[in-house]
Amino acid sequence: MGHADEAGDRRADARPGDARPGDAGRQEAGRQEAGRQEAGRQEAGRQEAGRQEPVRRAGSEDGAGSEDGADSPAVLSLRHVSKSFGAVRAVIDGSIELRAGEVHALVGENGAGKSTMVKILAGVHQPDSGTVLVNGGPTVLHGPAGAIGAGLAIIYQEPTLFPDLSVAENIFMGRQPLRRGRRIDGREMTTEADALFARLGVRIDPGRIARGLSIADQQLVEIAKALSLDARVIVMDEPTAALSAVEVARLFDVIRALRAGGTAVLFISHRLEEVFAICQTVTVMRDGRHVLTSTLTGLTAGDLVRAMVGRDMPERIPGERGAPGEVRLTVQRLTREGVFTDVSFEVRAGEIVALSGLVGAGRSEVARAVFGIDRYDAGAVTAGGRKLRKASPTAAMTAGIGLVPEDRRQQGLVMEMSIQQNVALASLSALRRAGIIRASAEHSFAADWAVRLSVKYGRLTDPVSMLSGGNQQKVVLAKWLGRRPSILIVDEPTRGIDVGTKADVHNLLDRLAGEGIAILMISSELPEVLRLADRILVMREGRLVAEFTQADGSEEGIMAAATGQLEAEAR
Amino acid sequence: MDSDLNAMAGNAAMTPEHIAGEEPGPSPGASGGWGRLRPAMRWESGLVVVVIVIAIMGSALSPEFLTANNFFNLGLNTGEIAIMALPMALIIISGEIDLSVESTLGMSSALLGVLWADHWPMLAIFAVVAVVGVLAGAVNGLLVTRVGLPSLAVTIGTLALYRGIALILLGPRTVANFPAFYTNAGTTAIPHTDLPWSIGIFIVLAVIFAIVLHTTPFGRSIYAMGDNAEAATFAGLRVKRVKTSLFVISGLASALAGVLYTFRLNTAVQDNGTGLSLDVVAIVLLAGVSIFGGKGSIGGVFLAVLAFAGLQNALLLTNFNQEATGLVTGGLLLISVFVPNAAMFVRYLRQAARRATRRPPSEPALSLPRKDT
Amino acid sequence: MTATLAPPREPGSPASASSRRLAERVFRVREFGIVAVLIVFVAITAAIQPRFLSITNIQFVLVDATIFALLALGETIVVISRNVDLSVGSVLGISAFLTAQLASQAHGLPLPLVFLAGLGIGLGFGAINGLLVSLGRVPSLVVTLATLYIIRGLDVLIVGGSQVVPSSYYPSFLTISKATVGGIPDLAIVVAVVIAAGAYCLRSFRSGRELYAIGSNPDAARLAGIPMGRRIFTAFALSGAIAGVAGVLWASRYGTVDSTAGASYELQVIAAVVVGGVAIFGGSGSVVGAAIGALLLQTINSALYVLGVSPDWDQAIAGFLLLVAIVLDRFISLRLTVSLRRRSARRGQ
Repeated sequence: MGHADEAGDRRADARPGDARPGDAGRQEAGRQEAGRQEAGRQEAGRQEAGRQEPVRRAGSEDGAGSEDGADSPAVLSLRHVSKSFGAVRAVIDGSIELRAGEVHALVGENGAGKSTMVKILAGVHQPDSGTVLVNGGPTVLHGPAGAIGAGLAIIYQEPTLFPDLSVAENIFMGRQPLRRGRRIDGREMTTEADALFARLGVRIDPGRIARGLSIADQQLVEIAKALSLDARVIVMDEPTAALSAVEVARLFDVIRALRAGGTAVLFISHRLEEVFAICQTVTVMRDGRHVLTSTLTGLTAGDLVRAMVGRDMPERIPGERGAPGEVRLTVQRLTREGVFTDVSFEVRAGEIVALSGLVGAGRSEVARAVFGIDRYDAGAVTAGGRKLRKASPTAAMTAGIGLVPEDRRQQGLVMEMSIQQNVALASLSALRRAGIIRASAEHSFAADWAVRLSVKYGRLTDPVSMLSGGNQQKVVLAKWLGRRPSILIVDEPTRGIDVGTKADVHNLLDRLAGEGIAILMISSELPEVLRLADRILVMREGRLVAEFTQADGSEEGIMAAATGQLEAEAR
Repeated sequence: MDSDLNAMAGNAAMTPEHIAGEEPGPSPGASGGWGRLRPAMRWESGLVVVVIVIAIMGSALSPEFLTANNFFNLGLNTGEIAIMALPMALIIISGEIDLSVESTLGMSSALLGVLWADHWPMLAIFAVVAVVGVLAGAVNGLLVTRVGLPSLAVTIGTLALYRGIALILLGPRTVANFPAFYTNAGTTAIPHTDLPWSIGIFIVLAVIFAIVLHTTPFGRSIYAMGDNAEAATFAGLRVKRVKTSLFVISGLASALAGVLYTFRLNTAVQDNGTGLSLDVVAIVLLAGVSIFGGKGSIGGVFLAVLAFAGLQNALLLTNFNQEATGLVTGGLLLISVFVPNAAMFVRYLRQAARRATRRPPSEPALSLPRKDT
Repeated sequence: MTATLAPPREPGSPASASSRRLAERVFRVREFGIVAVLIVFVAITAAIQPRFLSITNIQFVLVDATIFALLALGETIVVISRNVDLSVGSVLGISAFLTAQLASQAHGLPLPLVFLAGLGIGLGFGAINGLLVSLGRVPSLVVTLATLYIIRGLDVLIVGGSQVVPSSYYPSFLTISKATVGGIPDLAIVVAVVIAAGAYCLRSFRSGRELYAIGSNPDAARLAGIPMGRRIFTAFALSGAIAGVAGVLWASRYGTVDSTAGASYELQVIAAVVVGGVAIFGGSGSVVGAAIGALLLQTINSALYVLGVSPDWDQAIAGFLLLVAIVLDRFISLRLTVSLRRRSARRGQ
């Protein structure tokens, strides 16, 4: 058939130092572009996901027991907690109550404080003020161990399994059932693992090794592990980011089973239709504050968006951009087996084209293939008038393309190097004379761009690791802008950035487009897309399925195309 | 501050450094370029002190120590290792390692012996040896970059393979009739100086390597890929090409060292160079090059060569059993890796103390509790 | 409008059982592969030179192989936890000398005590390695590189220029390596049992599985609460102890012990371990495979000798085999991951 996603190979195999080009290994919010789409998908799966018409329908799909929420005791809660890191106030006033048998959604834009709240729940941080309560009683969670002791388990987007060991061993490592003489009882381990999976309503062979498991299956193993630890609270961080529609449906069944078993589930997601599909309660955070906690009955997606964003519709940046100029980048029928198929689009000078879709749709893979980090099997990329050699970042850079990658810590920056060195990293040839990098030229180059992008730093020679996320992102942008690209690809440009810097970046992108640069922007944040893009392309499961202009784009429309809802409804 | 959940799940998940928020550590050697002189200089300054101490100790042990004649002998014995240490430093900074250098040296020595015994003209022999050195390095480089194998395993294999080839080439023979012109160069000083030729070559190469590593884009890319090979690729740096060329350079340097070694001893025998790989690695680590990659400097290598040579020599003068000098090399190696860690450990303790006094005593646990077994 | 919904195909269906079988099959193949190569080699050599299969020759090969197999056992324990122990050769050397001294000077000493002495010496050095690696957060490559030097240096200091000669031993010491049962050297039998026991422990005890876990994914191991420091310390201590015992055997087998005993053994051991299927980065592999790898390498050496091929070829062949082994392993593991992923994906739809 074809080779699977190279990045996927590494997922269950994360070995430090083993990173390879094109390895989408340890993503920040773990937005893996999994894209293992096989040709013969079940239509049923699509329809089942399409069945959720979340936006206007009141209440969640699960009727049974959804009113219990308010009455059962909170297994774990935070009340009016705050947390600052130096000058950054990550959480100003956060509260959340997690009850047994309830699926509680936590939504908010990036930078709203969600992850800090979770870290407080997980015992990684101690709140500066406010209380942590376990079963209603105030406690102090002493580190991750304390949280585990309180019955908390977190399912990360990057499951950390042992690839060389069996599923059962992964679940029970360190706690394997024993027989006489303290020897491991393999049979008992298998039986218990089977029982756990049965409770979840899935079947995974406990005897198989973990290597090669899909992300969806790895998540299930992690959930089984959590159950085996008698977790009373399971936190799921963007669990559906890398899953196919069928796998999402299966995960939801599992969550329902957890609910029925009395576990409290904290569900963090950007996908509002999922929130309505599976959760009973929602907490919205904005700018470090808890803004809304309510049962989902009676709420609409619009209510949530309003609460998250604080305004009704995202405003278009009043742009002075004229009509787009010549075509700078042409992608024709680009195909990589199992990852993306037959993708074609153009980007013109002065235009911002957004590439939207759910995580896993293949967008980052397309970007990496265009830039030459990954290979592709068929199709062509034309930039600057000539067809690009594939799998050659050098060719792409020569043609004037720059790529600001998805994971700035892992792919965008060399953390040990200084700000100055990072900014200069892609422009070293330009900064040299007689083969030697001119230190003064490097310094002024970096200083110049730091000023233009308003990067906040101590000294240019400080290590880049000292900067905040937003400023780090600006450094990555500076690195590429320093090359004066004619085509700029930005992948999730404002992920994990504070609101202020986000606005800076948006204005910057707008300005760049105004100066004639062709911009391809991959983003999962619909408000951002609608604010900036002239055209919006939507990918789903490796294909381009829709195109909107700025005028006729809407969050619902994009979401519908991204999830396949429209298609399902059309049948 | 990244408010990002997955940073929790990442490699540094629950470790203290991550929770506390990283501060830059005292990094041995400059991380490329002349920037950040202060932390860079810390390690090199330490080395300077070490060298001075050794010099003092040496002269206390024997009046001969600080004489030109002694320097000459010093240089003689370490010239080849010093030459090999230069590309080794670059390889380790780039995140790899090359344990096969001693066998490439041996292979080139054997080749020299065999071809000379077969009456080849010396210049032709040099050419062949150079080509073989390049090929030896290329094999390492390609296996690591194209096939994707870990360099530790690959170079352990080529360590054996190349030594084997040396054995096959030369067998039990010893070739010892090299022309005086070359063997004299091996044992006499460069005119008007007290330096042996091998050290002279080392110094010239050191200057070149220093310029390349610390001021050129090529050198900068070596630091980048040593720290984060993925980010280096995303920045358009040609990781595979650079690493392969580093292995090739190492092979070439080892071949050169083999020639020098053979002429110095006027002997080509199949076990020439056995055990030298570890000496070279020890010098490079002593120089402050981090075994994890991304840090180190040529200045450090230079100082480490001085320290190493000085130490060997001082021990020699005290009639310390020559073969036991490994003890001192090993000790030095351990010290050189524990010192930065000790500094980090002390800093961590201080941080923890500061935190404890500032806030209510609810410290995050340092590690998860042990499961009952 | 909407067609009837077919239920999504159940994951965990029979396809996954075959995934497991596939994975297991591949890994078994690895061990069978070496055994097959071994058998082929022996067969061909014996066909050309029947002397190869003479009793005495087999005994020699087995005894030599057992010493390496023991070292391979210790090294494997360390390697599966994603570490490496380069000091085994030096430990063997120093233990060989010191116990040989014992055996030659303390004639009344019961043999088991001599072994205990060797074990103790090795255990001491192994413990030092273990402490340095687990406490110091220093990569084991560097630590054991240093202790390789230090221990060898100590050895040289202690030995000076002297050596222990066979005639000075009391007789029973020398016969350890010569005693046979039904033609098979006792030593081989004992070591085979020890290796089997080691394999069993690694498979059936939590601490053994935890070593694999540490090598497979150190971060996950930490998160899972595995006491990493303790386990790694134990691994190195064991490796040292085993090298110490191997030293005693070495002295018995070769008789003359000077300061070069065991030199360069560490790389041969690592080659044997890798050829035997243990992943250099840990997490997988078996001591049985490593032992077979040691046996294979020794057999090849012996075969070459018997065939009249110059022993000069030994090193080259060992190096070549090592490279072939790791290249093969890489391809197998890539194929395996791809095909497991494909099955998994197919199942999930």
